[in-house]
This record gives sequence, C-alpha cells and structure tokens, in this order.
Amino acid sequence: MRSIRTRILTAVLTFGGGALLTILVAPLIGSTPISLRRAFDWSVPFADNPDAQIFFIARLPRTLAGALVGSTLASAGVVFQGLLRNPLATPFTLGVSAGAALGAMLAITFAPTLALAGIPAGPLASFAGSLIAVGVVYLLASARHRGLSTNTLLLAGVTMNAFFSALILFVQYFADFTDTFRILRWLMGDLDVSSYTPLVSTLPLVIVSFAAFVWLARPLNLLSLGPDAAESRGLDVVGAQRVAFVSASLATGAAVSVGGPVGFIGIIVPHLVRLMVGADHRVVLPASALFGAAFLVACDVVSRTVMAPLELPVGIITALIGGPFFLWLLVRRR
Amino acid sequence: MLTRRPLVRHLVLLGSLAILALPVRGQEKTRGPARIISLVPAVTEMLFAIGAGPRVIGVSSFDHFPPDVERLERVGALLDPNVERILALRPDLVVVYRSQTDLIAQLGRAQIPTFVYAHAGLADITSTLRDVGARAGAAERAGTLAAIIERRIGVLRKRFATGPRPKTLVVIGRDAFALRGIYASGGVGFIHDMIVAAGGDNVFADTKREAVQATSELIIARAPEIILELRGDPIDEATQRKEVQTWDTLASLPAVRNKRVRIIADARTVIPGPRVVEAVELLAGVLHKP
Repeated sequence: MRSIRTRILTAVLTFGGGALLTILVAPLIGSTPISLRRAFDWSVPFADNPDAQIFFIARLPRTLAGALVGSTLASAGVVFQGLLRNPLATPFTLGVSAGAALGAMLAITFAPTLALAGIPAGPLASFAGSLIAVGVVYLLASARHRGLSTNTLLLAGVTMNAFFSALILFVQYFADFTDTFRILRWLMGDLDVSSYTPLVSTLPLVIVSFAAFVWLARPLNLLSLGPDAAESRGLDVVGAQRVAFVSASLATGAAVSVGGPVGFIGIIVPHLVRLMVGADHRVVLPASALFGAAFLVACDVVSRTVMAPLELPVGIITALIGGPFFLWLLVRRR
Repeated sequence: MLTRRPLVRHLVLLGSLAILALPVRGQEKTRGPARIISLVPAVTEMLFAIGAGPRVIGVSSFDHFPPDVERLERVGALLDPNVERILALRPDLVVVYRSQTDLIAQLGRAQIPTFVYAHAGLADITSTLRDVGARAGAAERAGTLAAIIERRIGVLRKRFATGPRPKTLVVIGRDAFALRGIYASGGVGFIHDMIVAAGGDNVFADTKREAVQATSELIIARAPEIILELRGDPIDEATQRKEVQTWDTLASLPAVRNKRVRIIADARTVIPGPRVVEAVELLAGVLHKP
C-alpha cells in the first residue's frame, strides 16, 4: 500500500485535473456557437460584445455554480454517510432539502417581491428553511442523549422530510398554479444563475464548511469503527459529530440556495469515488469534492445542449446519467 | 299482486308526463341555458360581452372581469374545481377546460351539459366566441362581436405589415429580481400571435411550443430589441422600476442598451378573451413607440 500522502496527492491531481479540464471546456460548449477570439477581445466594449456576454454572463457563472454545488453536495454526502454510518445517507436525508423547498415555496407564494441586501427572497428563504429543518433535527437528536444519537438523527430527519413535504403540498394547494409550477421546476435544480452574486454570497459559507471537512477526514475514519472504538482512540466523538452535522448542513443549505436540490450527486459521487480510491476519508473527501464538481458541470453541459435550444432540468440529467452508471459500476466490480 | 297495480299505473302516468315535458325543455334549450358556470376567465368575459352575463351564476377563483363577477359564486379553478358546489348551483351549462377530464366525466354522469374550452391561438379566440355564442343562445351577438374583433385585428395587421418589426422577447414569467427561471413565449399560442399582429418579431418564433425556458445564453444569442414582460397582476411603480433594472446584467442586449424593457401589468394581455384586440393595440403602441 502506498503511503497516505501519495494517495491523497494522486487523487487530488487526477480528480483535480479532471475537474479543471471539465470546468475549462464546459463554457466553450453551448446552444449558441460563439467565437472565443471575439469573447476575449478586450478592445470591443463589453456591452457591445455578445460573445463575451454569453461567455462571461451566461456560461461561466453557470459552470462555476455547477462546480460549487457539485463539490459541496458530493462532499457533504461523504460527511453525512460517515456521520450517520449509513451508506444510503444523502445531504438531503436530514430534511435540508425539504426545509429549503418549503422556504423557497413560501417566498415564491407569499413574498415574491421581497429582497434583502440585493439578494432575492427565494434563495434567502430556502437557506433559512434548510437551517430551521436541520436545527429542529439537531435539537431532537441531542435532546435525550449526551451528544447525537445517529438513529434519532436519521428518524428525525426522515420524519422532518415527510412533515415538510406535507407542508409544501399544503401551501401548494392554496397557491396559484404558476407558482406551483415554479416550485416544481425549482425542485428539479437549475444552475442558470446568470450573475456571480449567488456564488459570491454563498462562497464564505462553503469555504468554512470545506475547512471543517478537511479537519473531519480523520475523525470520520475513526467514527467508521463505531463511536465506542473511536472514543477509545481519543476522539471527542460528540464534538466531531457536531462539527460534521453543522458544517455539512450549512454547506448543503448554501448549495441548495444556489442550484436547488439537485438530486443524486450526494449519493452517487461518494460511492463512485469509494469504488475508485477506497474508503479512507482523507482521500475520499477531496476526491469527491473534485469529482462532484466535474460531474455536475458535465451534467449541466448535457442539460443545456442535448435538446437545445430547449433545456432539460439538470436534476433529471444527474439521475438519468448517474443511476445507470452507478449500477454498471456496482455490477462490474463484483 | 293486486296491491302493486296502482304503483305501476302511477309510474306509467309519470313516464308519459315526462315524455310530454321533453319538447318543452327542448324549446327552452333553443333560448339557451339559464344557469351558466364558467371555469374559464376568457369565456366568462365572452359571455358577458355577448349579453349572457346575467345568466352566469358561478365563475372560477381567477375571474376578475367584468367587475360584475366579483359578486358571483366561486367554484374553484383549473386544478381544484369544486364539483359539489358546481352541482349545488344546479347549472345547465358548465364551461370547463379540456384537461379537466374528471370534472367533465362527473358532470356527464350528472347530465349537466359542458362547453369544453381548448386553449389555442389568436384566431381561435373568435371561433371560440362564436361557439360560445351558439351554445349560450346568443349566436347573433357573438357573430357580430367576433367580426368586429377580427376586423380591428385585421386593421392592425395591415398597418404593421410593412415597416420595421422589432425583435421582441416576450417574458411570461420569471423569478423576482433575478434573471432566473425565465419563461418566454415560443412560436405558438395567442401571445405569440398577438405580438405578430402588433408588428413585432418574436425572437423565439422558431420554437414550436407555447412557452420556452429561456436561459441567459439563449436570450443574449437572440439579441431582442425590445423586451416585454406580461403580467396579469398589477405591480407598484417601485417594484416595476427594480424589475426593469434587473435586466441591466445583460447589457449587450439591444433592448437593455436602448432602454426598451417594458413591464406590462395588464390582465388583457394574458386572457385570451374578447378584450384581446385591446391588448394587441396596447402591445402595438409599446412596440412602435418612437
């Protein structure tokens, strides 16, 4: 077995190279042919240069949003699977996406014209909704235990998901059907952010969470042995669980507020990566973040070109591509 | 056995009475239904426009025109028709959407006649108007009104047949204060037809669907010279100004550079009813304002 350093380095270089390549190539592809020379011709004023506008306003923010959302959801998936010690956990298992969806729905239905500090109500409310959902789950799971009971976390999360979904249906029933359609479309995921503002405003949160993920790699390895074994090896289990829960929830909430609850990334990418690099979180976490970025950016390219000029919701593509690919890998590896 | 005979006799008597009554009901029908419920706002407007308004007893929860409808019973809408309330009102004609198949079946079982409305293009508005007139027993007035609408639209068409046709993006929905989730009119449907009649070129005319989800890339590539945002509900001036400014992100669009982004909050532009000709006139005014 090679040393862990070499393995991390190899993984970061391989997956990083792939991610970088995808991110560089993605803005070159789209429904409209553009001339790169014109796009980067600074002598033409930006306002008079549609090629540059397509590149810098339509495609680049979208690609970056895909990278941000993809890497966040994939690595949050790894953290949740490690925290809950359950391979079926996703970033949305503990109610984040349902809370976010309820927030977005309320904003779309009742406060469509509200905005705070230039950020429209939709993303703000979806972020707030996700925080409320995970906050409730956290309180429930820590109420009667020292630390977090992963079983209670899971059950509370699943129940919150169902409860929020019911609330969503309840609000939807009284909403205008164009609003209903909007929320449905929101649930399918959409990366066409058409400005850098959503990215910039969520970046600090994502950076903080990623810093926590770096620290979490070893604790998650220990946790995979079981809380007692981890404790006996000197890990502050409760502390690690808290950091994992809070950072992964924040990151997921931020990602969902940018691109909606894009499905499948958070479960498929971690498993694909594990099949390729093994189960050590020190390798799986960075590799998943990078592979998640590449995967979602690539799916978004497909979603905006395959039926051009019509666009398919990216969440449909991630599931359509991710599902069969995952099954194929699963069968092949046996 | 013998005791049953009177009952049989009664039944026979009742039956023959019913047969006698049929022609009377038939005569009533030629004068049109007397208790109409309309779940389709466009058809409600048509009924009122052809003088059948007093016979409308129930409307959908989206009906707001003419003002007379505000005092009428609400019976749900496209997705949530209240069958019980509809039946309780004892209508003799219910105007429904084609997609309301369950409702149509239920009304059929209750033997309540329906007028099935299908959403389509500008030309279909007047043909629907004629059909509604025929069913509501006001064929003549409907015919006259339809002819007037067709003539007025024809005049507009002719006036704008020559001369500049601004490339127009017609936005029918998007997220608040962001250029996200933008839905635009494609090359099918009455909104597209209205823009053509008003002398504009829809930038998505080549997309043969009623609505297109327009990404920022598509919009930049189509380079509209004018952007019209149609909304059914009124908005205040401050919001309107902010929403227009939202488009400044796409500075290369001729429409943005020449400050030709307009938000038209007017129900007439989104309801394919008899006021559609006013909507075309309104749009033509905006499209060709120097």
